[in-house]
Amino acid sequence: MIINKGFSPKHTSEHSLPPGQYETHDFPVLSKGYTPKIDTNNWKIRIHGLVSNPIVLSWNEFNALPSSEITTDIHCVTKWSKFNTVWKGVSLDTLVELVGLQGRATHVLAFTYDDYSTNLPVADILLNKAYIVTEFDQKPLASEHGGPARLLVPHLYLWKSAKWINELKFIDHEELGFWELRGYHRYGDPWKQQRYDSDE
Amino acid sequence: MVIHGNNNVMIAMNDNNWQKARLVKSKMIATDVKSLTFQVDEWIKHKAGQHYDIRLTAENGYQAQRSYSIASAPEDFGIVEFGIQLLSEGEVSPYLFTLQEDDEIEIRGPLGQHFVWETSLSGPLILIGGGSGVVPLVSMLRHRYMAGDTRKTIFLISAQSLDHVLYRDELEAYMQNDPNVEIPITLTQQKPMGWLGYERRVDKEMLQETMGDVLSQKPSIYICGPTPFVEACASGLIDLAVDPSLIKTERFGG
Repeated sequence: MIINKGFSPKHTSEHSLPPGQYETHDFPVLSKGYTPKIDTNNWKIRIHGLVSNPIVLSWNEFNALPSSEITTDIHCVTKWSKFNTVWKGVSLDTLVELVGLQGRATHVLAFTYDDYSTNLPVADILLNKAYIVTEFDQKPLASEHGGPARLLVPHLYLWKSAKWINELKFIDHEELGFWELRGYHRYGDPWKQQRYDSDE
Repeated sequence: MVIHGNNNVMIAMNDNNWQKARLVKSKMIATDVKSLTFQVDEWIKHKAGQHYDIRLTAENGYQAQRSYSIASAPEDFGIVEFGIQLLSEGEVSPYLFTLQEDDEIEIRGPLGQHFVWETSLSGPLILIGGGSGVVPLVSMLRHRYMAGDTRKTIFLISAQSLDHVLYRDELEAYMQNDPNVEIPITLTQQKPMGWLGYERRVDKEMLQETMGDVLSQKPSIYICGPTPFVEACASGLIDLAVDPSLIKTERFGG
């Protein structure tokens, strides 16, 4: 390791930051392409794969489900972290209860309106670890941040929290998603700094 | 020096691939933007558009990391060039501006497999850059030139003033020497006397005027810049009925 003489920390944070991260008070936008504009009248989410009761929910049906407010920290692989962000959405526990997970389901793939995808182990989306959120800061989620609805899995790097979500597919093996196929880590724990596929 | 070929597979090195990079050249290339060229021991041929992570370590052990796009072409053997925008309130860029020749930092990469362009891709090339967002696009244009590629290429640049246009002399040379390269510039804040180019933010009309028919020829489109700029350009193209799957973006700021 090199010591860079004369380099000193400039950013301080009262929060505990994962390694290599800095705190931001803004909300940067990172996406692979354009920002899709989705009319909630046409919005749908499909939950299928290794479930007993596959479903497709409309915007109104989805919003009739019990929701909760979540205050959490988020960490982007591009090095910024944002603390105490406030979201509203439906826990994936609620959705899983609706469809009934088959015992063989070990992983889930999330797909989106812009043909993005990301992979997660089932264990990482249960027990209120993951939500589909429709509000940020008590306002409808803006399209550049994934509105009308995005996944939120705050304990992993934010590329796992797929924007513009419209599908969850449960499978019995690990299948890599968009960034995971393009050099990013298959799991993405910010505290272990699992940024790229070469990281342990 | 160990050379790794065009395979882009990360090779096994210690400390998760961090390696020393020694500054061999530094040069101001626009207002508040410096080009820094490093020599690395384990040089890996990148794809145009990729980035490296840079890591700085303070004497007390504190570390900061940032991602920087590569400006050099994949053909620029043995070196890696970055175009670094000075953010005066930033933590990393002010320090990078103080680096002298032979100073060392740590980097790892090349990284990212999405915002990349290679001459093996078909169709014309459209590059749209705002401010220092032109850096990865310059790598693409350099790659095109060094590979002897002559496809139709339009590089639309938005900058505050002419002095804010990165690599201006080099870009003008490409345009003068290759009839298939067009580099329209729009200046959003300050224009020189007699400026005949655009002087407003990129909009649908500007995209239509500068790109016209090329938009319907299945171009590869790369947009890089601050978030509002990228949003405006991408949605302008969508309004012009461009297939969204042709558009790749990279955003910064916030």
